Amino acid sequence: MLDAILALTALAAVFGALLGYAAVRYRVEEDPLVERIDALLPQTQCGQCNYPGCRPYAEAITRGEADINQCPPGGEAGVQALAELLGREPKPLNPENGETKQQPTVAWIDESVCIGCTKCIQACPVDAILGAPQLMHTVIRNECTGCELCVEPCPVDCIHMVPAAAGVAGWKWPFPGNRAEAAG
Amino acid sequence: MSTALWQFPGGLVLPAHKAGSTAAPAQAAPIPDRLTVPIAEHPGEAAEVLVTPGDTVRTGQLIAHPKGQRGAAVHAPASGRVAAVEERRVPHPSGLAAPCVVIDSDGEDRWVEPAAPLSDVATTDPASLIRRIRDCGIVGLGGATFPTAEKLESAPPATGIEMLILNGAECEPYISCDNRLMRERPGAVIDGAWILMRVLMAPRCLIGVEDNKPEAIAALEAAVAEAGFEGVGVVTVPTRYPVGGEKQLVYTLTGKVIPSGALPAAVGVISQNVATAAAVHDAVRGGRPLIERYVTVTGPGVAQPRNVVARLGTPIEALIRLCGGYAENASRLIMGGPMMGFAIDDDTVPIVKGSNCLLVGTAETFPPPQQALPCIRCGACADACPVALLPQQLYWHARAGELDRACEYHLDDCIECGICGYVCPSHIPLVQYFLYAKSEIAAREQQRRQAELARTRYEQRQQRLERDRLERASARQRKKAVLQHKSRSTEQKKAEIQAALERARRKKSDTPGSGGRSDKR
Repeated sequence: MLDAILALTALAAVFGALLGYAAVRYRVEEDPLVERIDALLPQTQCGQCNYPGCRPYAEAITRGEADINQCPPGGEAGVQALAELLGREPKPLNPENGETKQQPTVAWIDESVCIGCTKCIQACPVDAILGAPQLMHTVIRNECTGCELCVEPCPVDCIHMVPAAAGVAGWKWPFPGNRAEAAG
Repeated sequence: MSTALWQFPGGLVLPAHKAGSTAAPAQAAPIPDRLTVPIAEHPGEAAEVLVTPGDTVRTGQLIAHPKGQRGAAVHAPASGRVAAVEERRVPHPSGLAAPCVVIDSDGEDRWVEPAAPLSDVATTDPASLIRRIRDCGIVGLGGATFPTAEKLESAPPATGIEMLILNGAECEPYISCDNRLMRERPGAVIDGAWILMRVLMAPRCLIGVEDNKPEAIAALEAAVAEAGFEGVGVVTVPTRYPVGGEKQLVYTLTGKVIPSGALPAAVGVISQNVATAAAVHDAVRGGRPLIERYVTVTGPGVAQPRNVVARLGTPIEALIRLCGGYAENASRLIMGGPMMGFAIDDDTVPIVKGSNCLLVGTAETFPPPQQALPCIRCGACADACPVALLPQQLYWHARAGELDRACEYHLDDCIECGICGYVCPSHIPLVQYFLYAKSEIAAREQQRRQAELARTRYEQRQQRLERDRLERASARQRKKAVLQHKSRSTEQKKAEIQAALERARRKKSDTPGSGGRSDKR
């Protein structure tokens, strides 16, 4: 009887020490959950979730401050993915954060109107606008996330949102059947 | 030449419907008044246009420079004036517009000075041959339009290429352009093959031709005998759709299975279409860029089915007119064959490098698709699939939008041959589901890459802002320090002045009687 208690106590002590050591030695600096949430977010960096970027939103979700339905670019599919990751019930997007775009867009600067004020450059979260004071600005189309943050600061309203991949390159084969039938 | 052949799984013997268009020799189509040349006829990025409206161009002049991976040069198919550089409708399943160079022909077909012929191929180094092939804008003419130079460069330098395979199978019903080409220009095909062998340092070349083209086989064999090239063999393969698929033909001829997702170069083989070989011959021996091709104009909806040699950019309707126009009961126009082609609703679009066939169907022969019925799980599609996939499983997953699951069932290995839908007793448009799923996966992949890029750029921007902030803070600190230093030094100065005054005063008090200050007082 005593042997058993001693043996188990000794085992518990040894493994406890091991685990304690491992927790200190192999400590992960970053919260891996933040990384995993961030990986699911669309990286539009639009701030529609009320946080200054996708990563801050991911951090807020981890802290339990933000809900999972605040990302319009991610859409319902994004909410679904977050719900699955976090083991929560999916819910519809919060309309207060905005609506999901029907079609992806990118910013386009009307260069005949641009006055070179650099305000859009400062607003762009991914440095996708090229230009300098008093010089022409232009959007690097491939790097624009379509967040629309540059539209508001423009004093001459020369930034317009245009469809991202128009034409043959962005075309997709349509779903051949009937969507409702597929769902059933 | 008789060699051991392997038989790929599945496949079907389809009614050929080729006799109508192969009877007469190919006719050279006249140069139309207006040619529309898309600048992205290849899978990569659109080429960079070098001409502006109003420019005069000559036949064979470079009008768009290749850009990025999988790009190909574009040349003027006729001499004349550039009427526009703008978006025009192109032959594509989407029916959308894409950037094109529109040329008004002057009807004179004046050529640019062609590049010097590289007649001594044996001593020319492969790199210059590849450069010539690239400069001439040659792409795979079997339909995929993959840039030929890039394909040749994909050969692994370490293991090299054991065998070049020329694809003259032309297995899809109705299409006969390669058949006519092999019969009319066998010398060019064989010489092109020899040039490609030289580029690849390949000791052997097999030309696979289906056994329903005896004239083409005879012509090629005669040309091989005449040229006396070592290691070139013409192999008759059984007629079985889709033996002309790249992986299927490589397997049929060599027994080698190209791994999933890999190129034929992975098993030491490179395959090219026979028309591509002829184009390589033209480019190397004559300095001629790719500006024309054999096109089959056929089907029950055309008055006189035949093959034509047309300049790229020629509108479809001009070619149909050349072949006697539409029959009265013509109902639909297909670019490509009945299995893999796509419908076109506008016959003013031009033919492009990948246009091998224009098929005009009638309501009787090409009825509109029947109402799809539920899958009865008969398994006919799996038996017929030439890649040994499970189309039924792929269908369930594609239909339910479970694209990851579809990928697990090797959706990307589907060659879109259309056999599964052809044999399906429930008339389910299986290939359409796979095309949908494939393009959806490609779009998601693109989106993922885009998100990755945005994440990196966002993080880099945050770092930059942080760095700027720190720099500003430290600059402020320095300034403050300097100011403090300055203020300290003024106080010091004051103290020094005070000290000096003090000393002077002391001096004065030490020597009373001298000086007149006290006197003044």
